[in-house]
Amino acid sequence: MSPALLDIRGLTMSFGGLVAVDGLDLSVDTGEIVGLIGPNGAGKTTVFNCVSRFYEPDHGTISFKDRDITGARSHEIILLGIARTFQNVELCRSMTTLENLLLGQHVVMRGGLIRDGLRLRGAAADEARATTRADEIIELVGLTGHRDRVVSTLPFRLQKLVELGRALVSRPALLLLDEPTAGADHRESQVLADLIRRMRDRFDLSVLVVEHDMSFVMGLCDRLYVLDFGRRIAAGTPANVRNDPVVIEAYLGEPQRGVSDA
Amino acid sequence: MVVRGLGTRGRALAPYVLGLAALLAFPPLLGSIPGVAPGYILYLVSLALIYAIVAIGLGVLIGYTGQISLGHAGFFAIGAYTSALLTLRLGVPFVAALVVAASVSAAVGFLLGLPALRLSGPYLAVATLGFGLAIPQLVVWQGSWTGGSSGLHGLPPASLPLGALTIVFRTDGDYYYLAAGVLILLTIFARNVVTSHTGRAFIAIRDSEIAARAMGVDLVRYKTTAFALSALYAGIAGSLYAHVLHGISPEDFTVLLSVDFLTMIVLGGLGSVGGALSGALLLTFLQNALTRLPVVHDFKNLYIVVLGAILILTIAFLPHGLAGVARSLRLRWAARPRDGAPRVDQIVELGEGSGVR
Repeated sequence: MSPALLDIRGLTMSFGGLVAVDGLDLSVDTGEIVGLIGPNGAGKTTVFNCVSRFYEPDHGTISFKDRDITGARSHEIILLGIARTFQNVELCRSMTTLENLLLGQHVVMRGGLIRDGLRLRGAAADEARATTRADEIIELVGLTGHRDRVVSTLPFRLQKLVELGRALVSRPALLLLDEPTAGADHRESQVLADLIRRMRDRFDLSVLVVEHDMSFVMGLCDRLYVLDFGRRIAAGTPANVRNDPVVIEAYLGEPQRGVSDA
Repeated sequence: MVVRGLGTRGRALAPYVLGLAALLAFPPLLGSIPGVAPGYILYLVSLALIYAIVAIGLGVLIGYTGQISLGHAGFFAIGAYTSALLTLRLGVPFVAALVVAASVSAAVGFLLGLPALRLSGPYLAVATLGFGLAIPQLVVWQGSWTGGSSGLHGLPPASLPLGALTIVFRTDGDYYYLAAGVLILLTIFARNVVTSHTGRAFIAIRDSEIAARAMGVDLVRYKTTAFALSALYAGIAGSLYAHVLHGISPEDFTVLLSVDFLTMIVLGGLGSVGGALSGALLLTFLQNALTRLPVVHDFKNLYIVVLGAILILTIAFLPHGLAGVARSLRLRWAARPRDGAPRVDQIVELGEGSGVR
């Protein structure tokens, strides 16, 4: 079997005395949709921030396409082929939907102060190409009617979609989605699951998704990892995880605990 | 190529054409008014145009990239002194001296951009303020070759070689056209930058550094670029300033001038090239008008008080400055009821307080 697309080994990250992620092993294969679940504060977003190099892990290695990216810098990650979204949305608020998706193509466009300032040959063609690409993605995620709206005027649920589009537009090999269903109702979540599956098939994507919504991940993911207090307590297919007594005890079976931990 | 940049935006072309026509027609119109000596007014407008160059560069840094600078008088001084020393002491031609002055200023801007990577908000403001305070002090300290506190005087007139013939700038009217020409080119350049790939990266840094990094924007590269670009503008302006005045002294580059520059772009509207331009023109004329008031003989610092009042009032009541006022008037005009109800898309547009344009 070929090595995994994303391979995390022994990842440990602590803040002061609190160990947020503790010796985590996790892998995503090409074409897989993998879920990362667990109660609030289990360390899911910390894993994302380590992979996208916003955090410096204490121990462990992160390999992508067989290459160690533990030393890479945060702005280099998207160029390597990993794009992400954020739990609470990090959009450029004063820009329109289209402009955000053009920013998403920052690394695939050529730039340069002199070239841009003098409008040298190629700059306009580059911009036109990027706009065509952005329009395709805007249509795919269903934001055509909001293309030229400033994103700060959009409701949260649509802002999440703009972020999804912005991550997708850079043609990543791996998409990191942090709670994509936030702000969506049950029906919208199902539409979103369908969209993520279609994106995977159309763009040869692999997806790692952090989520709270159980029915969403159970229906969407090929495999799941369950985190609790930074440790991996279970991994496997949704069916296996659902029936794992450790998971039921830690997370699924005792909703009160999930609340008190939050 | 510059012209092509204009041609691609049909609707945005109109203000440029009007502005250009106004700039060209201004001196003859002024001369035709009986009883007015155009020389001094043209000199004053030239100064305003030179300050506008600084304001436009500073606007790219503060308005688009979100990085504050309270030290731009320092870059202005570096440009002025480099150009003055080269032409006066070494006999370097004006154009070559301007290019060197701009490059030196941009290089210092790049270096000042490096600490900006670790500092933000008030900390960056204090660091750049320190830079602005230090430059005139350094000039006085190195008095043996900079002329010290008495300054440098008697600069040769600026000249522009155009093939076989050379244009020499002698009168205030000549310098007016020089300043206006440089301003037009630099306005187009700035406008092209902020509406391009590079400008989008600047705005992304202003809106969310986290988003910018996640989208692959190298903060080191773009923050230092923004600092170097705005310092380049200030350096070019400083070089013109030295030649329009035929001389400079450290007193021309106090911290108050840095505050002046900041007020120009706040009054004009952050994130707007046209706003920076109008702010610079307004403030230069206001300062001159105030010195003519009789009360000023007793109260020499009236301008500083007025400057402070303008800053406070603009931030409180016109957060988008004059450019914001112009924009909302334009949108209201576009959305005025015609053939019954206004169009829906125009109402939507009205609701957006975008700072991008």
